[in-house]
Amino acid sequence: MTLILDLILRLAVWLLLAPLLPGIINKVKAWVACRRGPPVLQLYYDLAKLWRKGVVLSTLASPGFIAGPAVAWVALTGAAMLMPLGPAGSALSFRGDVLLLIYLLALARFCTAWAAMETGSAFEGMGAAREVSYAVLAEAAIIAAVLSLSVQTGSVSLVTMLSPSAGAGAVLLAAGLFTVLLAENCRVPFDDPNTHLELTMIHEVMVLDHSGPPLAAILHGASVKLLLFAVLLVQAVLPMGELPPLGVAGALAAGVLVVTVGVGLVESLLARLAFRRVPLLLTTAFLLCLFALLVAWKGGAK
Amino acid sequence: MSASTPFALLANASSLPWAEVPAWPVTEFVRATAGELTRGARLCALFGVPDGAGTRLVAVLAFDADNTLAVARSTPFSGAYPSLTVTHPQAHLFEREVLEQHGLTPMGHPWLKPVRQNNGNAPANGEFFRVDGREVHEVAVGPVHAGIIEPGHFRFQCAGEEVLHLEIALGYQHRGVEEALTGGPHLATMSQMETVAGDTTIAHATAHATLMESLAGTEAPLRAQWLRAIALELERLANHTGDMGALANDVAFLPTSSACGKIRGDFLNLTALICGNRFGRGLVRPGGCRHDLEPERAAQLLERLKTALADTEQAVAWFWDSASVRARFENVGVVFPAQAAEIGLVGPAARACGLVRDVRYDHPAGWHRFAQAPVAVWPGGDVFARARVRSLEIQRSGQYLCEQLAAPAEGDLRSELAPPAPDTLAVALVEGWRGEVCHVALTDAAGRFRRYKIIDPSFHNWTGLALALRGTAISDFPICNKSFNLSYCGFDL
Repeated sequence: MTLILDLILRLAVWLLLAPLLPGIINKVKAWVACRRGPPVLQLYYDLAKLWRKGVVLSTLASPGFIAGPAVAWVALTGAAMLMPLGPAGSALSFRGDVLLLIYLLALARFCTAWAAMETGSAFEGMGAAREVSYAVLAEAAIIAAVLSLSVQTGSVSLVTMLSPSAGAGAVLLAAGLFTVLLAENCRVPFDDPNTHLELTMIHEVMVLDHSGPPLAAILHGASVKLLLFAVLLVQAVLPMGELPPLGVAGALAAGVLVVTVGVGLVESLLARLAFRRVPLLLTTAFLLCLFALLVAWKGGAK
Repeated sequence: MSASTPFALLANASSLPWAEVPAWPVTEFVRATAGELTRGARLCALFGVPDGAGTRLVAVLAFDADNTLAVARSTPFSGAYPSLTVTHPQAHLFEREVLEQHGLTPMGHPWLKPVRQNNGNAPANGEFFRVDGREVHEVAVGPVHAGIIEPGHFRFQCAGEEVLHLEIALGYQHRGVEEALTGGPHLATMSQMETVAGDTTIAHATAHATLMESLAGTEAPLRAQWLRAIALELERLANHTGDMGALANDVAFLPTSSACGKIRGDFLNLTALICGNRFGRGLVRPGGCRHDLEPERAAQLLERLKTALADTEQAVAWFWDSASVRARFENVGVVFPAQAAEIGLVGPAARACGLVRDVRYDHPAGWHRFAQAPVAVWPGGDVFARARVRSLEIQRSGQYLCEQLAAPAEGDLRSELAPPAPDTLAVALVEGWRGEVCHVALTDAAGRFRRYKIIDPSFHNWTGLALALRGTAISDFPICNKSFNLSYCGFDL
């Protein structure tokens, strides 16, 4: 009974808080540009609006066109449920849950790319191709980061991996994971979430033909993913193990806020990378995580 | 160079009796035109004039180094003629247009397709060039775009992310401007001129007004010429600033993008301060200008101009100081100088290939005979160079405006015009912000327009965009497109 209540509460926290992050990023961007910007709650309004709308379906598309976003949303929410939340720990912790988390993220990506190719549009095929090619490099960086956490704590369970004080390679890990966060969530300098230019998009172009509730699922899933990466980054890097529970919760929330504002600042002050340079930056992120792994393995050994 | 030409010479903004234009049989005409182009002339216009049962071809060439224009015509004929495009690619769109308008076939033209012919409610685009191969895929963009821009269709042949070939199909905005002008000038003519390309209002209106004045054998009062020059530079400032912002926006560089969007409005408001319209409509009229700029408003204009220029300087400096922006623009969308000369690029696109080509300098008319802005040139031919030329022109136009506003011409603003001379050919070139705006008028025995030809700079430059894309990543198309920022309606007419 307590477990069910715990799960429902966690689900509510993840689903309800996630759409706040894009709103904060947009506010930061507007603030830097001296604009008023959209309300912080804009994504909530958009989701409510999309949920009430009808769906336009291509006659060519198979049921996968609808199933893709649905499965992707479930996978992302599932991944979020595996992630421990500071003092509350994790409700579904088991040995090797970190592997499941990585695979759930991959499943979500697969489903989005699959749904993108359903309509046969040249744009969406192009977007799917870009998404999966850059994912190869981003996943390498994530796996290196997870390995370094695992070596540091001698565990393959997220609760143990993320709870103690930070390892020696925390700075390396922070830089690497932040870059991966930007890439995985299609933010500048990898992608431009605000652009209207189909030819330059990665993620946005894959969802061009989606409308109504499926689009709402995609947008909401994307915000859950952003929150997931922010929580992962903060817990992997901040030495919160020694703090009292309330302090840990505060530090986690503050950390997520700092990451979100950081994303907004990067987006305000940096131009996008040319596609041919994206692999360079992702490889750099991979190397940073790899060095964090080396530090955890050799330097951090007790 | 131009002294030995068999062509009839005339200066920019002047006219010539139709009978004095040399006429040759078409084969001879094509050979003579090709000869002059080979010797370094540039094709400003090539068009047909119906004459009896046949059609005459008329060529207007520019000898930039000699500051003179040259015209010649063929004797009336129908059917086919040897293509000029085979040796001089800059004629390729002109010849396609002549086929469409007069049914004259250029023999040997490598890619003979309609330019803007209607097929129901869409242009007749014809077959697109296709690249075969298992790895090659085709991407079709437009005519309906995601942004608020004009309609045009782009067909890319890509191998992965790399563009092998781009073909641009336009004509979606064809309004029949030239046809409407035949028998003119009508009451609506001036309004039509101001909307040939809405963002180039002053340049097109000035070209038309200059043409009417030279047909009447006079020119506008000096004060009107001064005011037109000021409005022309304000138009350049507004559009170049808008383009810098659009370029920044396309690489998601927000500081310059936000600032330039706002400053463009400031410049447009300066034009509104002169004539009450942000795009300069209703300012330029044959014989002069309709609104004066009194000393008080001139002082206010100068003061607001200086603020806007300082803001632009700052916004553009952010842009150039950012390594992430420069990395996106360097070596992207390169047009080589030889290509640029071959396809007859004009305006900032040509100057960004290192070609010194500016009507204000090469063929000065109006106020530019007395006061010239230095030509802004940058080598490289890439997006960076085109942005660089724009930012240089912003500086120089600003400087020019400050100097000219401090020394206004005195006198009347408008003079009465005599009716246009009969059977006369007149040519007017104006350096609009996109490049050379060319208007050619031929009057009939009653002094009405027998033929009126408009060549917007976009007509020369669309081919440049297609060439710039070769070997470029398809994701860089938007910045290449913005760096040219060509007009669809100016092309479609």
